[in-house]
Amino acid sequence: MYTQALNSQDSAAHTAKEDPQAEARFQARIDAEEKIEPNDWMPAAYRRTLTRQIAQHAHSEIVGMLPEGNWITRAPSLKRKAALLAKVQDEGGHGAYLYAAAETLGTSREEMEDQLLSGAAKYSSIFNYPTLSWADIGIIGWLVDGAAIMNQIPLCRCSYGPYARAMVRVCKEESFHQRQGYEIMLALCKGTPAQKAMAQEALDRWWWPVLMMFGPPDKDSQHTESAMRWKIKRFTNDELRQKFIDATIPQGHFLGLTFPDPALKFNDTTGHWDYGDIDWVEFKQVVAGNGPCNRQRMAQRRAAHEAGGWVREAANAYARKRQQRAAMSIAAE
Amino acid sequence: MTDTPLLHYTLRLADTALILGHRLSEWVGHSPVIEEDLAFGNMGLDLIGQARSLYSYAGEIEGKGRDEDALAYLRDAGDYRNILLVEQPNGDFATTMVRQLLYAAFAHPYFETLTHSSDATLAAVAAKAAKEMAYHLRHSAEWTIRLGDGTDESHARAQAAVDELWPYTGEMFECDEIERALVEAGVAVDPATLRARWDKTISEVLSEATLSRPDNGYMQSGGRVGRHSEHLGHILSELQFLQRAYPGATW
Ligand SMILES: [Fe+2]
Ligand SMILES: [Fe+2]
Repeated sequence: MYTQALNSQDSAAHTAKEDPQAEARFQARIDAEEKIEPNDWMPAAYRRTLTRQIAQHAHSEIVGMLPEGNWITRAPSLKRKAALLAKVQDEGGHGAYLYAAAETLGTSREEMEDQLLSGAAKYSSIFNYPTLSWADIGIIGWLVDGAAIMNQIPLCRCSYGPYARAMVRVCKEESFHQRQGYEIMLALCKGTPAQKAMAQEALDRWWWPVLMMFGPPDKDSQHTESAMRWKIKRFTNDELRQKFIDATIPQGHFLGLTFPDPALKFNDTTGHWDYGDIDWVEFKQVVAGNGPCNRQRMAQRRAAHEAGGWVREAANAYARKRQQRAAMSIAAE
Repeated sequence: MTDTPLLHYTLRLADTALILGHRLSEWVGHSPVIEEDLAFGNMGLDLIGQARSLYSYAGEIEGKGRDEDALAYLRDAGDYRNILLVEQPNGDFATTMVRQLLYAAFAHPYFETLTHSSDATLAAVAAKAAKEMAYHLRHSAEWTIRLGDGTDESHARAQAAVDELWPYTGEMFECDEIERALVEAGVAVDPATLRARWDKTISEVLSEATLSRPDNGYMQSGGRVGRHSEHLGHILSELQFLQRAYPGATW
């Protein structure tokens, strides 16, 4: 998901020495579903894990502006153009809001941004795929925002207060995005044969990468145990993936689309949709930087950051001058 | 084209709003700080919203069944009537902000005045737009001051932007016979009456920004009668791509 960070091992987590009594009190509060707030005591590994997860989530929102932004100038109607512009703007707002939540844990936004630009921090693998047609904008709203919601609804009950509260607000907007995306798909599927084909082609390209958003299968996911105990994560990757598939398949069939998975079949015994094997080699390659757009996305972020350097410097210089002038005018009185 | 003056006038306002909104939307995701991505989004949405109301009204006036999208997506550059200023490329952040300042310092009092139009629809659009343009003016003025009075580099960039865009400011104050009749009927605003206020706003901002105000030399003109710079064709080739590639489709 936007928080695939939880699937990488935090090596320091096992070596840090914590005060066992403080840790026991902390765990008791979490078990009692109390919220942990910024000034509360927390284990260093909890702080690190959350910082990494929230920062990764923020980075995903920011990088996620690029593939959709790619179609703002080409949206096919003024209504769609306004909706897409507002959506991409929302994602930027989520990014800013999440950076602020992560800052409450003691890492500055500048540090987090530097980690993104240096490649040290990750963002969701899904944004390393290209948006090649207008239907991709529908697919991203319907499936990518849809998968994000599946992951983020439980995060509204995350043990860390600022993150949980951020998620409540973000989830409301994400579900609006999802409805808008589905509506784009609906219009395409009710449209001309060329539009319907555009919708199907987009689903064919995006379906498997979207399923990868939930991260590796539980059997290969190393980091779930402490995240579960700390109530940062409440469902496993496979549980969330299955929930998503079960919710999505009927929506796709309603559109008259075919999912690119011959193994997809409703299982009467389990009450869930069975699905085929996910290409985890592709997933690992995309996470490692070898997806179709990894280099492009990072180049775009770096270019924006570098081109904006003189603007940020100017704003700082101006703020300093103002302070000095204010100080001088007080001194002159 | 044999448009009525009211249709022609409404399209001028609509096209100017759309093209500037389109330009601002190009920034989203690429701004110097996230807060400016959000601000460009806000301003772009304001302008596209103004354009939509105005196109819908233009379609009604015309009475040939063209809706906002037919007017925005299916007219070629020669039929677009936006002022040249708004189609100028974004350039660097200073160029975009100065362009916004030069336009908003005009559009804010313009729409304020247009709220008194005898045309109820235009007056209603203007009431909303006036509030929006007040924010655009404040935001772009603050940034122009920051950049002008910031570092040597930002000062030089801001001054270059002012110098580059200045020749496009004269067109805002033009009033041809199409508009003259509407001004006399109490429908349109005579832009010449806003000149002093615009001069004052711009001079104050530039002086606080420690930027110098260029002389009013030869002014570029022609957008309002469909004679554009090379840039508009490229804007439209992007903006209209899907409607042109899939004629008749509903999106
Ligand atoms: Fe988001
Ligand atoms: Fe979203």
